[in-house]
Amino acid sequence: MQDFAVITNWIHNFLVSTLGCAPWLAVTIECVAVGVGLLLLYALLALFYIYFERKVCAFFQCRLGPNRVGPWGLLQSFADMFKILIKELIELKNIDKFLFALAPYLVIIASMLAFAVLPWGNGLQIIDFNIGIFFLLAVSSIGVLGILLAGWSSNNKFTLIGALRSGAQMVSYELSIGLSVVTMVCLAGTMSVTGIVEAQDRLWFIFSGHVSSIIAFIIYMIAGTAETNRGPFDLPEAESELTAGYHTEYSGIHFGFFYLAEYLNLFIISGVAALLFFGGWMPLHIPGWDAFNNIMDYIPSVVWFVGKAIALSFIIIWFKWTFPRLRIDHLLKLEWKYLLPINLFNLALMVCIIIFGWQI
Amino acid sequence: MTPLTIFGISNTALLAVTAALTGFALVALAMWIAGLISPRSFNPQKGEPYECGIPTRGESMTQFHVGYYLFAILFLMFDVETVFLFPWAVRMRELGVDGLISIAVFFSILVLGLVYAWRKGALEWK
Repeated sequence: MQDFAVITNWIHNFLVSTLGCAPWLAVTIECVAVGVGLLLLYALLALFYIYFERKVCAFFQCRLGPNRVGPWGLLQSFADMFKILIKELIELKNIDKFLFALAPYLVIIASMLAFAVLPWGNGLQIIDFNIGIFFLLAVSSIGVLGILLAGWSSNNKFTLIGALRSGAQMVSYELSIGLSVVTMVCLAGTMSVTGIVEAQDRLWFIFSGHVSSIIAFIIYMIAGTAETNRGPFDLPEAESELTAGYHTEYSGIHFGFFYLAEYLNLFIISGVAALLFFGGWMPLHIPGWDAFNNIMDYIPSVVWFVGKAIALSFIIIWFKWTFPRLRIDHLLKLEWKYLLPINLFNLALMVCIIIFGWQI
Repeated sequence: MTPLTIFGISNTALLAVTAALTGFALVALAMWIAGLISPRSFNPQKGEPYECGIPTRGESMTQFHVGYYLFAILFLMFDVETVFLFPWAVRMRELGVDGLISIAVFFSILVLGLVYAWRKGALEWK
């Protein structure tokens, strides 16, 4: 299996030995490279996701979707990006200017930090330390602060209601995400992202944890959809009730940041699902089938990770076009009266499976 | 498990700060470009809150339903308890039966809390 650490180590050695950079200079150059790489990847993925969602949505509704700008409408998102940049940024009366400007920073920084933890490939993790998945949960919950601030500072009743709904929804479903992650951490025995991936070397967790992993996966997908404010859980931005929810008053690129973060959160949620249940960048291995496993190892790890993440986000997009929107009391009932007790029971079940050594 | 990170930079905090600064730079850069190329026009009506074209009535930052607050409190309780489960989950195999008994006591308190909130009607949206 190829290892990207070879490439990054070569770049490091090239900087230090061949060019003779001082260590601090080499580290600075590498950090800038990491930053630029993250920025490009973030922007490109967001543009890809906007196109992907529009195409998928169109096919679900028997339409063609964007097909005029570029071949198959591939350049549509780029055109949209330039359009949103040249839109006027409207100055509003009576808003809390500081908090209004701060909100998009919080939302983007939270999703960027979570984005940097994802295991992109063998040796291609940016932030990788012993409590990686815990760090990811912690930083991704900063995003809800940005949403609450956006709704509060806009001086608009719709944004306030949207932000509060979003806050209640996101904190409630974060509980389910947290408990599903604990269940899988039990199985992995480590919180490090690399450790979790390497623990699935033999078999992915979705197959090795019996019914318990499958229950955790289903709960994670439901809670993840709610966490991104998408699909049947799009109450915070219910168009027919609240115009656009918490970002009603944002215009131009200012609105664009929320839009960007929403799609990136979709990618992060499916990326974490791929990491916890489908082995991150680990190729599909079946114990005993050595020839098959060797062939699978030839597919690059980046392809595995991105492929899994996109396949899982397709499922989340599918939810949106299948289920009608929930009401707020139904939404909270689903979380607190169904998902949370099931999740607690599932955690106990997983513990039994591990203690008695029943895992495959 | 050695903490390996990209380029062999072992300082995780440095990389986390880099990622945070990248996010900051993305917003700042895009805002700067938009400020340069987007048009500006003044109209006294434009700054009004957008409430479907009808002039807004009363205060916008109004009182809100107490239910949101209640669920936030419940979340805080359960989330902090979930955080305590993480360290045990990592060392579960090493701690064995002793750890299992201790966590079972803790876990039952967690479940009792949920049952109490349920019976009290804190999970109903009124």
